[in-house]
Amino acid sequence: MSTAMGSLILRTAARFLLPLLLLFSVFVLLRGHDEPGGGFIAGLVGAVGFALYMFAFDAARTKTLLVIPPVVMVGVGLFAATASGILPVFVNLPFFTALWWPVELPGFGEVKFSTPLIFDIGVYLVVLGSVMKIVLALAEAEE
Amino acid sequence: MSPEVALPVIIPFIAGALSLIFYKSHAAQRWIGVIGTGALLLASIVLLYNTYTQGILVMAMGNWPAPFGIVLVSDLLGAIMTVLAAIMGFGVALYSLPTISRDHEAFGYYPLTHLLLAGVCGAFLTGDVFNLYVWVEVLLVASFALLILGGERAQMEGAIKYVALNLLSSILLLVAVGLTYGLTGTLNMADLAVKLPQVEDQGMVTVVGMLYMVSFAIKAGAFPLFFWLPASYHTPPVAVSALFAGLLTKVGVYALFRFFTLLFNQDVDYTHEILLWMAGFSMITGVLGAAYHYEIRRILSFHIVSQIGYMIMGLALFTPLAIVGGVFYIMHHIIVKANLFLVAGAVYFMRGSYELKEIGGLWRTRPWLGLLFLIPALSLAGLPPLSGFFGKYIIIRAGVEAESWGIVAVALVVGLLTLYSMIKIWAEAFWKAQPEEHADRAAAFEKRLNDHSLMLMVIPILSLAAITVFIGLGAQPIYELADAAAEQLLDPSHYIRAVLGEAP
Repeated sequence: MSTAMGSLILRTAARFLLPLLLLFSVFVLLRGHDEPGGGFIAGLVGAVGFALYMFAFDAARTKTLLVIPPVVMVGVGLFAATASGILPVFVNLPFFTALWWPVELPGFGEVKFSTPLIFDIGVYLVVLGSVMKIVLALAEAEE
Repeated sequence: MSPEVALPVIIPFIAGALSLIFYKSHAAQRWIGVIGTGALLLASIVLLYNTYTQGILVMAMGNWPAPFGIVLVSDLLGAIMTVLAAIMGFGVALYSLPTISRDHEAFGYYPLTHLLLAGVCGAFLTGDVFNLYVWVEVLLVASFALLILGGERAQMEGAIKYVALNLLSSILLLVAVGLTYGLTGTLNMADLAVKLPQVEDQGMVTVVGMLYMVSFAIKAGAFPLFFWLPASYHTPPVAVSALFAGLLTKVGVYALFRFFTLLFNQDVDYTHEILLWMAGFSMITGVLGAAYHYEIRRILSFHIVSQIGYMIMGLALFTPLAIVGGVFYIMHHIIVKANLFLVAGAVYFMRGSYELKEIGGLWRTRPWLGLLFLIPALSLAGLPPLSGFFGKYIIIRAGVEAESWGIVAVALVVGLLTLYSMIKIWAEAFWKAQPEEHADRAAAFEKRLNDHSLMLMVIPILSLAAITVFIGLGAQPIYELADAAAEQLLDPSHYIRAVLGEAP
């Protein structure tokens, strides 16, 4: 099946492109707060990487590569996003108020950890999970 | 800052996320279903209590003040609706345990139910028009998926009508939201209530109001665009039908109540006259459709349309007593209607069919189920001392006081015809003997039913019937609650002050 789907060039390229795309998606995710980017678009970029890998190889291999099933990924993402909204309640602020914890990291400078970051990571996982669920279901139906 | 306002939205999201994380384990999902909806019920009761004692509660999401950020607002109507949604969610979660098949569970029944509840509660509590649109979409997406769960032919057929008309309604809603923003530059409901009367072009305001009316009337299943409802509600698993019957159309009704008391109260003679005609025709067409059909769930679906008419009638008369009646009627209706669907489901699991012509003899084998059916059925028809009697009584009395004799006559006749439909179900399913040609199937279904699953089905039915009796016998406190809710609705200044502060 895999030989019919992908050429040698595509497979070789996919092997290199997947890590690059994933790195790029993390970059887009992290720059998202003040500049264009964010969890949604980063999740799509990540999903493109995995989808490309799936075109080159097959659905089963992509599934093993994802480690956790896409539906569970959606659940974890949704949980993280909702939890990020609940955190401020414990310091007596309304839901979804942004909390910031700037940390001085040696070699990096100041890194701002925050609830919007947790929220964006949640969105990232939801988008990646749902796109992968759809793509994998379609691919499996075709196989 | 009142965190309890957001809890009825947050809890279903957490429960939904958890049941996705435990996607493989159906047992875990069932537990999360019961515990999650139970927590939702507790949270919503606390919310109602606090709203009743402390007045309208507001929470600005992300600490962005109104009218710039999105606020969640819990006034009495919103809080009452949330409690009702939570009661439905909890009852249906219990009822789902024995009635939802493994296949449906595997397709994500539980996460979708939580998502649906989150959407419904969000729609009841939001204080922002665009946010309302988003919540409505959330619950629609979940309901689309729940409706076609299992993928039978009849389900697809019903779902196409359901999806097409609801998408049309959503587009109208979105257009109306856009126009509202163009006219006033704000989408916060309290801010809109201040700014809409100041708009120069009042004709345009009425046009936008009509767009909202059409959109929400489709969602409420009111005449003339109701046919998606009886075409689709009888197709999914019965627990889903009950949840839909109890909640989905009521989001439309709630939105009508909110918009046509708080926002569009400038041209009452025009807008509410249209609502009145809509109410009358909904009652008549619904009840006539029900009289024609012989499939239990179809009869009940048509009765939703007819009952929606009573609620809109309360809003359309627009007197204090009529609004009280409308709110009272919503409370009574959600409980009763969902319960009737649950009983219909129990009948199915005993006889193997929803067709009245193919079943019978239930009074002989299970007289208590007959009694449990009669409580919501007679309440729906409006017999004293059950909840429906007081609902109808208040609304009809309001109609008499407003001297709208036409609608009063319609409401009375429709009440009688409702009784006819209910007696029809009673006589066919319970009283007459089991038809011979389908006796084998009935026996096979009886055999499969065990006491444990029967008990899980009966607990929600019994509890909802108890609530019906309670609303009937203890009508006074419920009336006072509805009265307080109506008072808040008719005087928007409370709402505006609670959201925007003292300034305007």
